[in-house]
Amino acid sequence: MNKIYLDHAATTPTRSEVVDAMLPYFTQQFGNPSSVYEVARINRKAVDEARSMVANALGATSDEIFFTSGGTEADNWAIKGIAEAYEQKGKHIITSAIEHHAVLHTCQYLEKKGYQVTYLPVDEYGQISIQDLKEAIQEDTILITIMYANNEIGTIQPIEAIGKIAKEHNIIFHTDAVQAVGHVPIHVKEMNIDLLSLSGHKLYGPKGIGALYIRKGVRIKPFIHGGAQERNRRAGTENVPAIVGLAKAIELSMKEMEESNHKIIELRDYLIKGIQEAIPHIRLNGHPTERLPGNVNFSFRFIEGESLLIGLDMHGIYASSGSACTSGSLDPSHVLLAIGLPHEIAHGSLRITLGPENTKEEMNYVLETLPKIVQRLRDMSPLYEDFLRAQS
Amino acid sequence: MYSQKVMDHFMNPRNMGEIEQASGVGTVGNAKCGDIMRMYIQVENDIITDVKFKTFGCGAAVATSSMATELVKGKTIEEALKITNKSVAEALDGLPPVKVHCSLLAEEALHAALWDYAQKHNLHIEGLEPPKEDIHEHEAENPKE
Repeated sequence: MNKIYLDHAATTPTRSEVVDAMLPYFTQQFGNPSSVYEVARINRKAVDEARSMVANALGATSDEIFFTSGGTEADNWAIKGIAEAYEQKGKHIITSAIEHHAVLHTCQYLEKKGYQVTYLPVDEYGQISIQDLKEAIQEDTILITIMYANNEIGTIQPIEAIGKIAKEHNIIFHTDAVQAVGHVPIHVKEMNIDLLSLSGHKLYGPKGIGALYIRKGVRIKPFIHGGAQERNRRAGTENVPAIVGLAKAIELSMKEMEESNHKIIELRDYLIKGIQEAIPHIRLNGHPTERLPGNVNFSFRFIEGESLLIGLDMHGIYASSGSACTSGSLDPSHVLLAIGLPHEIAHGSLRITLGPENTKEEMNYVLETLPKIVQRLRDMSPLYEDFLRAQS
Repeated sequence: MYSQKVMDHFMNPRNMGEIEQASGVGTVGNAKCGDIMRMYIQVENDIITDVKFKTFGCGAAVATSSMATELVKGKTIEEALKITNKSVAEALDGLPPVKVHCSLLAEEALHAALWDYAQKHNLHIEGLEPPKEDIHEHEAENPKE
């Protein structure tokens, strides 16, 4: 049985071009970029070039890019680092209810340290309201942190409008763009973004590498101490192979974005339409138009997400869900609850995230398989039994 | 993370379905937590001659429902009451720690079905407690779509 990978928002395969670019830096060019001899200088140059490639992709300059161990570290650093650097100015932070846990849990941590956090609600499509944002701003607001695009439902936020308001009020604006970089066009200057987190493995780069863009002029406290790397802001010997890999992956994704998105969006819309036609009592989660190219998220009434995933897995289809059983808690995804889904509907969610290597044949296989699995689980469900009884 | 037995019972559930005119029906769990189990029993001469289930829930919830029905079928009520969540989990070669609560649901669904049977027939079953949770209370908490 062929395996069909439909979980690109979880992680992506590292492209072979990326691996090829990385390989020399493990065995031959292994020097520490901080050393003075020749091999180290070559590595210093490789890191500098990588930094400029990442900067170019975002519309930033090289000295505004700082490599981290990934998106989670970048989010933690951005929020804690700004909170600490600007605590004299104020202790109020604005975020949204549907952030990734790397942002949400960091904000909750700061609340325990005496900061005040406003969690903006989202509408049924997962977007914040600009009016709510304006009203949430206080004298002592130091940071707005709103994700670029949501990892579960794919909704893209009105980033330009948020950036404009942040600038007008002289508040720092950070965006967790882990799901967006390499997938949608981003320009940090035009969008008034002050800080931006990104991750390598979401865009066909290696795991364990990410970056934080910090606009020149923004003060931030270092998060990791112990060396002069990253211009004294992020200590630790540079992960040279991963940095080179991240840069290569970003370069490729920028070059191929338009063509790739054209194909992915066509597949996505084909799959969404097909599922809507084949299966009754479902709900498309996320925004109809303002959504990531590869994101499909449905709730199937009367069934539970983990059973659906196991059923798909048995047929060689790899996807994801926001059900409690996949999160290890009793509550379903906070994102699905924030868009207003009742618990039982949130438990029955399925996230499919497509990549450029997916094909129409694969979508047809999903459209053939998924309705059977959903029907099998509904036939097993007491909720469906009650529903049918109430209908008759 | 699941044993082969769990996967087998999930993919090929035993005794899935309904019993028309069942001697007793019990529904436990709630949709809010993501699992509901309904068990139907047919009782003749103090013996559970038939049993069926329906479950809304994860792989472990389906598998424990299925295994519980297998363990119960053909047993006397007294024997059936000795079946615990532990024996259901053991019969499935164990469950991941986060899924142990699913096996509790199977035990509770059986007890709820037996309670319903006892109520309908005005019987007292030694050692049987009334069901802990009434699903309809929870349903009322959930906003309508």
